[in-house]
Amino acid sequence: MIHTFVVYVDNKPGVLNRVASLFRRRGFNIESLTVGRTEEPGVSRMTVVVDTDSYGARRLEANLYKLVPVRRVDDITGAPSIVRDLALIKVAATGEARTHVMQLVDVYRARVVDVSPESLVIEATGTEDKIDSLLEVLRPYGVKEMVRTGRVAMARGSARPAGAAAPAAGDLVPDDVSNCSV
Amino acid sequence: MKKTGAQILWECLVREGVTDVFGYPGGAILPAYDAMLEYPIRHVLVRHEQGATHMADGYARASGRVGVAIATSGPGATNMVTGIATAMMDSSPIVCITGQVGSKLIGSDAFQETDITGITLPITKHNYLVTSAAEIAPAIREAFAVAASGRPGPVLVDITKDAQQGTAEFDWDAAEPHLTEALDAALPGDDDHREALALINAAERPLILAGHGVMLSGAEREIVALAERGQIPIAVTLLGIGGVPASHPLNLGMMGMHGEAWVNSAIQEADLLIALGMRFDDRVTGNLKTYAVHARKIHVDIDRAELNKNVRVDVAIAADLKAVVAEWLPGVQRVDRSTWLKRIDGLKGDSAVRDIQNLPDNGHLYAAHVINDLWRLTKGGAVVVTDVGQHQMWEAQYYKHDRPRSLITSGGLGTMGFALPAAIGAKIACPEAEVWVVAGDGGFQMTMAELATAMQERLDLNIAIINNGYLGMVRQWQEFFYDKRYAATPLSGPDFVKLAEAFGCWSTAVTHRSEVERAVEAARRQPRPAVIDFRVEQEDSVYPMVPAGADLHKMIRRPSPLVETGAD
Repeated sequence: MIHTFVVYVDNKPGVLNRVASLFRRRGFNIESLTVGRTEEPGVSRMTVVVDTDSYGARRLEANLYKLVPVRRVDDITGAPSIVRDLALIKVAATGEARTHVMQLVDVYRARVVDVSPESLVIEATGTEDKIDSLLEVLRPYGVKEMVRTGRVAMARGSARPAGAAAPAAGDLVPDDVSNCSV
Repeated sequence: MKKTGAQILWECLVREGVTDVFGYPGGAILPAYDAMLEYPIRHVLVRHEQGATHMADGYARASGRVGVAIATSGPGATNMVTGIATAMMDSSPIVCITGQVGSKLIGSDAFQETDITGITLPITKHNYLVTSAAEIAPAIREAFAVAASGRPGPVLVDITKDAQQGTAEFDWDAAEPHLTEALDAALPGDDDHREALALINAAERPLILAGHGVMLSGAEREIVALAERGQIPIAVTLLGIGGVPASHPLNLGMMGMHGEAWVNSAIQEADLLIALGMRFDDRVTGNLKTYAVHARKIHVDIDRAELNKNVRVDVAIAADLKAVVAEWLPGVQRVDRSTWLKRIDGLKGDSAVRDIQNLPDNGHLYAAHVINDLWRLTKGGAVVVTDVGQHQMWEAQYYKHDRPRSLITSGGLGTMGFALPAAIGAKIACPEAEVWVVAGDGGFQMTMAELATAMQERLDLNIAIINNGYLGMVRQWQEFFYDKRYAATPLSGPDFVKLAEAFGCWSTAVTHRSEVERAVEAARRQPRPAVIDFRVEQEDSVYPMVPAGADLHKMIRRPSPLVETGAD
């Protein structure tokens, strides 16, 4: 099952390497990984997508907490959350095809961000499904190039501030998926 | 007050309580070595940096204190990798300090430059690259805190040459580490305790599995109290030996691949396993699919990542063992478990048959006899440091340890060459202890250069080489599973007596059983390192054996008439 983790880490050189290396040596395959700054200086936020079962998810979380720069780990798989992916898609578009493509862009509420005689570059944000779907309809026109950021996610509702302490082990009862109790 | 980075390093080490370091100088660590002369720290010069890390490890295991090793950049640092991985696997707290090329040269393939922080990422609890003098104190303070807290482990601090040479304001208090809560022991909820106690009190055939965590937590008394209150028998892992006195009537002995047969059988028959400070290593469980399938399980370990990792359990508690068991004790009912204890006794069979002293030697010198004789002659009071292989298993079986930290052995990584340097570290940590190295001829040859270190430090060390001219454990596997095809296992070595004497040690060889006592007593009397070359039976095997991945109760037993009733 696909799990999404939000990992708050100290923004120090090599932290990304530490986290990615942990996934590798514990045998977890990363589907996607994004990292960027947060509202708190010195703290970065990683969104990591992994395919594993619930025991694997809890093991992964426990292992992440063993890394010194990791401040907090949230498994937001079960929680209601906002999930977004951003894609830039370069599509072949000449003559009539150009109009069709631009209409599709409207339908998906995406945007054209580059125009050239042979092609258009489309910027789209949304759930991964939405982006997959847009790609499908653009394929017949010829997708020349594509880049995606991978998933970023945030739990809905009020959240605990970043950098808060880890939950006590007493909260971690075997069948409890989410330990974000606020 | 302004000091150089090198001075700050030693200031910090002294304040962390460090009195001894094990190391080898070189270009990138020279400024640190120069400053060292002004500080009250004993430096032990090794012969190979691997030796330095094993010494720091042995020091830590013998004393409970953080061991320190120091080396230069490049090859000095990479020579530490094996020792660091050894400490990682056995949760041993050591801090390794390495010099690094100047910060402006990093990434340029400079002379003796290696990315040691990158290399040791997976085998350290954490590591640091320090590029300025001002960062040294916070890094060192945090390194010691990380190494010693929670589940202990190795930490590496890589300090560039310019950081050592630069100056900074030394402020000890400002450098105080602030580790997040996740690294400290968390407290289990009342529910966990209630559930655990309910299972314990209701169990008819409970069994405590005691591992290294018992000693790391200092929970020796609590475990025995738990066992005595509930009349619950105890099995120990290799690294758990000494955590519960071997002579305690409820201590069944070692479990696992070369554990006692009745112990493994008891595990498979138990209805409750209480796993305390152990991690269900594959050497201990055999085939996980058939492991203790009739038993409910409680697992207490300070490392949450170990819970439900290999074995799914009913109650998992991530907390400090001593605190948890102390909490349980009042609620543990005194239940009559004599039926279960009698059952296990029955599995043990005739004790006269089991006693290795009654195994006829037919004129051969058997390693098991040598070790058992050593146990009797030292009255079980020595600190024994083993290497890795058959002799290690025989030591675990035939030297009965009653005190914690009296068996020092590389379990998780199984590092050959560990024994001699680790014993040097142990002896320096505990100068009053009688320390014995028990090593095979293969492992001994890997780090024997450290005999020079032992001599230079004038250590009263006793070294027993179990010399059979083979890589014994591998040979055993080749005999059992590869049709006796001894590929690369016959091993020739030096005349160990001449070798030891060349180093300045006292030495003698033993070829007959009758010579053992005299040799051991003579070695003990020597104030300098004493090496005994025990030339033992060449093709001898460790029994019982659970083949890798086999069911725990399906043991290969010693093929002799003595075997029927549970011996070996």
